[in-house]
Amino acid sequence: MTTEAAPFRQIVANSQPANDTPSYGSTHLRHPARVPLRIPQTITETTGPRFTPAQFGPMPDLSVTNGKQAQGERIIVRGRVVDENNRPVPHTMIEIWQANAGGRYDHPGDQHDAPMDPNFHGGGRVFSDADGWYQFTTIKPGAYPWRNHPNAWRPNHIHYSLFGTGFGQRIVTQMYFPGDPLLALDPIFLAVPDPAARDRLIAAFDIDITAPEWALGYRFDFVLRGRDATPTEQA
Amino acid sequence: MLAATASQTIGPYWHLIEDDTWADLTRFGAEGETVVLTGTVYDGAGSLVTDAAIEIWQTSPAASDIFPAFGRCRTDSNGAFRFTTLKPGPVAGLGNAQQAPHIAISIFARGLLNALITRLYFQDEPLNETDPVLSMIEDEARRRTLIATRTASGAWNLDIRLQGDNETVFMEI
Repeated sequence: MTTEAAPFRQIVANSQPANDTPSYGSTHLRHPARVPLRIPQTITETTGPRFTPAQFGPMPDLSVTNGKQAQGERIIVRGRVVDENNRPVPHTMIEIWQANAGGRYDHPGDQHDAPMDPNFHGGGRVFSDADGWYQFTTIKPGAYPWRNHPNAWRPNHIHYSLFGTGFGQRIVTQMYFPGDPLLALDPIFLAVPDPAARDRLIAAFDIDITAPEWALGYRFDFVLRGRDATPTEQA
Repeated sequence: MLAATASQTIGPYWHLIEDDTWADLTRFGAEGETVVLTGTVYDGAGSLVTDAAIEIWQTSPAASDIFPAFGRCRTDSNGAFRFTTLKPGPVAGLGNAQQAPHIAISIFARGLLNALITRLYFQDEPLNETDPVLSMIEDEARRRTLIATRTASGAWNLDIRLQGDNETVFMEI
């Protein structure tokens, strides 16, 4: 029997994008038109799946496939997973996927006329440690065009999926790179209303994570929803 | 206090992390009343959504070393998903309330900047009448968008409509 855990705090205003974001064309027919039903958080919402490295093996180096190095600029991404109370979230699974250095995904749906890289697949998986720290190695993904609007290009980005400790903490997001001129033009990035919340999606170059003669380092922290200090009866 | 990291769309290429065995929650050897859950996802024009990630999570039976209680499945070229899992029993609610057997669903897709959250209930469960979440939905037709229908012995179907007439009841938690 799972013990009932404290409910998650309400989402901070303007920190999350609206599903109805007209500038992002794919939302038009996919965003619900009705206001969501606010439901109380029960054990279904406050608990969540657990993944272990034994069952879900880590894949911490996307830059090498079958012993061969991928094309592109090798980077190390390191950071911490914490909750809104700034407490580390240990032993949580982080799924990672991205385009290759030329801006193409190893995916049948991606027909962008950029070269495939046989030594780059673009999928990875790591776990945070006991203090919430995670790290992986990859290559910097390229920008690529998409058909959202004339001459639309996605900024360089890496996709992430995290589970946290409860169903209400689940998040899928994207990490961007500092100084990218495409960020100011990207409707997906700009869909986050609060500029500070938006900017927290941009990794920071970090010379201390940078490995000499080997790879540039970037710092990127994840913040998952925090739990209320005391369980409440109403959501 | 910090604010949670902003959500972004899962996009059309999330299959790079897909493992299609995850759609079978009995793959580690869990035994019990096995059920197959199917459904088709439609957009606001009634077109098939063929690039979504559907995730399920259930607290009954409880997760264990042989039962992950969590699954993920793509929608295929017919907009369809299919899970094999164990049928949940009643679930404790808040206070003394009891919830009808249900499964939590998250929907991720290109065009969704946040996951959509909903629940699957089972047709003909007596507890549906008093379930605290179903009871919040006054409109009978709206409530039906959450109730899977039996299509065969041990097989249940619930279609999901992201927008428009018969739009699924989505939830905020």
